Amino acid sequence: MDLSYYPGCTLKTKAKGLEDSAVASMDALGIRLVEIERWNCCGTVYSLAEDDLAHHLAPVRNLIRVKEQGSDRVGTLCSFCYHTLKRANLLMRNDGEKRQTLNDFMEEEVDYNGEVEVVHLLEVLRDDVGWENIAAKVRVPLQGLKVAPYYGCTLLRPQEVAIDQVERPTILHQLLETLGAEAVDFPHATECCGSFQIVGNPDFITQCAWEILSSALRRGAEALVLTCPLCHFNLSQRQSELMQRYSDFQGLPILYFSQLLAIALGIESKVCHFESGYGDPLSLLKSKNLVS
Amino acid sequence: MRIQISSRTLHSDFVKKVAEISGQDLLACNQCGKCSAGCPMCFAMDLLPNQVIRLAQLGLEEDIAASKTVWLCASCFTCTVRCPRGVDLGRVMEAIRLITLRKNVDYVEASDIPRDTIGELPQIALVSGFRKHTA
Repeated sequence: MDLSYYPGCTLKTKAKGLEDSAVASMDALGIRLVEIERWNCCGTVYSLAEDDLAHHLAPVRNLIRVKEQGSDRVGTLCSFCYHTLKRANLLMRNDGEKRQTLNDFMEEEVDYNGEVEVVHLLEVLRDDVGWENIAAKVRVPLQGLKVAPYYGCTLLRPQEVAIDQVERPTILHQLLETLGAEAVDFPHATECCGSFQIVGNPDFITQCAWEILSSALRRGAEALVLTCPLCHFNLSQRQSELMQRYSDFQGLPILYFSQLLAIALGIESKVCHFESGYGDPLSLLKSKNLVS
Repeated sequence: MRIQISSRTLHSDFVKKVAEISGQDLLACNQCGKCSAGCPMCFAMDLLPNQVIRLAQLGLEEDIAASKTVWLCASCFTCTVRCPRGVDLGRVMEAIRLITLRKNVDYVEASDIPRDTIGELPQIALVSGFRKHTA
């Protein structure tokens, strides 16, 4: 099965490990991700102002690219891109007045009415491939690996974009268990990492990261798995500072869900680009004999 | 917290602007405090999110402007999904930020960010940070 795919900017630069491991894994599971042509930045954050329509143009143009490609569904990997495309799409579907204004403004484009469905690849794994089919393709079960599933914000909130239950999501838990790992439940699984505040208020991110990481560690996690490149950055890059601040903090490896998926499917670990991240997830995986 | 209200502030343009930009009914809030109870950035805020709404209801623009709370909101929408009165507080915070940003006032000065930091940050951080904190 082919699925139109929107990567977004960060996956081509800072989060290659998220993209390459996901593309290879989906391929192994029988889904070919077809990158849409002429995509542009999604704008990263959905405009929350009633009178600001200009910032909806970027995500809507991407949805038009999907429609032009003859596809009615687009898969995303980055949590920010998912959120922005999903909400802009709902706006085009449900708000006739704003849809008209935006379509009129983009006179060079075909009219867009929200025909495309925006999905996150975790949903594709759950709903299209199915946990049982994934389990059947696991070559390297992640036995003995205790992983805290961290969801962050933009895949779950607000309600209309939630890929799972807002307050009690289980999709990452289910994926981890399918791969043979132990999902470590912890109370900060849906707590915000501080997001873009890393730009203007980096010290506060250190505090947010500590709340989340120490909570996962207290529950016995050996690693934390997530979907978002910004959560990945905030929760991993701050760790060196946390080690200086808290002498008993030894660090917690941060992994993308697709990296663990690729490892479990027996795909070469080079698609995970472990070398480009922070911390040392590779040592943990080697100690469990999951990669050679 | 000691505040002084008057008909001048209650009927100010500020109240109308916040309601218009956010699309929210500020008076729907009955100050239950659930937004503040769940806010992950509360530890750094001088005013709690529910206090910002209260001040906005009363049109006390200057008190809100003196606080850094709206600039610490990370738009995580925890308050939005939990508000029992259906107030999308994330949109209210955005509206209050925009009222300042639209006066061409930046909260973050791009040139103050060290070169190495800019090189290290993921693109989504920079774009969203500047979208939320610069004019």
